[in-house]
Amino acid sequence: MKDRSLVQIALYAAIFAVLGLLPRFDLPLAGGVPITAQSMGAMLAGVMLGAWRGALSIVLLLFVVALGAPLLAGGRGGLGVFFSPSVGFIFGWIAAAFVAGLIMQALRRAPVFPAALVASVVGGILVLYAFGIVGMSAMGSLSLLDAAKACLVFIPGDTIKAVLVALVAQTVARGMPEALLSRNA
Amino acid sequence: MISLYLPGRTWLHAIPAGWKLIALALVSLTVAPFDSLPLMAGLVLATLALYASLGRAALAQVALLRPMWPLFLILLALHAWNGDVLLGLVVCLRILAMVLLANAVTMTTRMDAMMDAVEPLLRPLALFGVAPRAVALAVALMIRLIPLLFALWESLNESYRARTGRRGGWRLLAPFCIQTLRLSHHTAEALAARGGVPRGSRR
Repeated sequence: MKDRSLVQIALYAAIFAVLGLLPRFDLPLAGGVPITAQSMGAMLAGVMLGAWRGALSIVLLLFVVALGAPLLAGGRGGLGVFFSPSVGFIFGWIAAAFVAGLIMQALRRAPVFPAALVASVVGGILVLYAFGIVGMSAMGSLSLLDAAKACLVFIPGDTIKAVLVALVAQTVARGMPEALLSRNA
Repeated sequence: MISLYLPGRTWLHAIPAGWKLIALALVSLTVAPFDSLPLMAGLVLATLALYASLGRAALAQVALLRPMWPLFLILLALHAWNGDVLLGLVVCLRILAMVLLANAVTMTTRMDAMMDAVEPLLRPLALFGVAPRAVALAVALMIRLIPLLFALWESLNESYRARTGRRGGWRLLAPFCIQTLRLSHHTAEALAARGGVPRGSRR
């Protein structure tokens, strides 16, 4: 593993943590509904770093959380989070970052904004919720349909986050093109 | 250091991290297949008794579960909707007990002791050319980066407020990403200048 890859993996894991600990954003699009920025972390890692590095940065974050650091939104952390009903989402972040990165790499020739939007929506919503719903159904003894009902409330917020991630990717691509590693890998 | 660890010298602190992790895994595997209300209620009570035996500071940590109440309510409501409140109750109690037990392990184990306990599990990674020391380096780097990134966000927020009089919020994300990437370039260069990431082959 190269030095730069390792630092970037650590960097995005740290960004993921910081997004969860920052005061909540008031998004104008959501009508002032405060949402935590943390679930953007997985989309961001995948879109910016590409599949493997993106997924590894989430693995690193979860490893440190398991060691006992309260780095998830609302100061949650420790081994307890791996026994909560949302454990599917927690492991789903790894897959979300991987798929988002994969799509970003596949759409290398496309303009940044639409590519990043597709990557965020497919990785950060479709793939993430597939894992999240299965986890919720297993931990809560619910049918998949019921588990899906319990999760669907969060989809509007996550759609806004996907748009935001795409905007960020586009801005970064303009301001510092070499930073979008998923493109020049 | 930011951690959920509670300094202290209770009996649970004295047990090696590896044993606590094995015990936690065993309990979680044992209780998973059972759907009996008295059993789960007993498990929750036993867990609370465990917390009580660790002292008042530990008992106060039960409050950490507050963010989970809405989820419990949703689970109960969905099970009630399906006409099986009892199962909903069992499920909630099981989750409650397991989260509390897992937190008890985290609370009484220092992060470095936990790292040492899982290090043997990382050794097979050497087959893929990842040295366990590279993992330790990544963990240390990440933990060190968090306060740095906070300071960076604060300074971006302050300049934004100086220009506009408002909080930056999500508008800071893009400059934040660019700045952090610049920071990571410098870090990578500094790391390379000092010999780089430990390789799988040499120790």
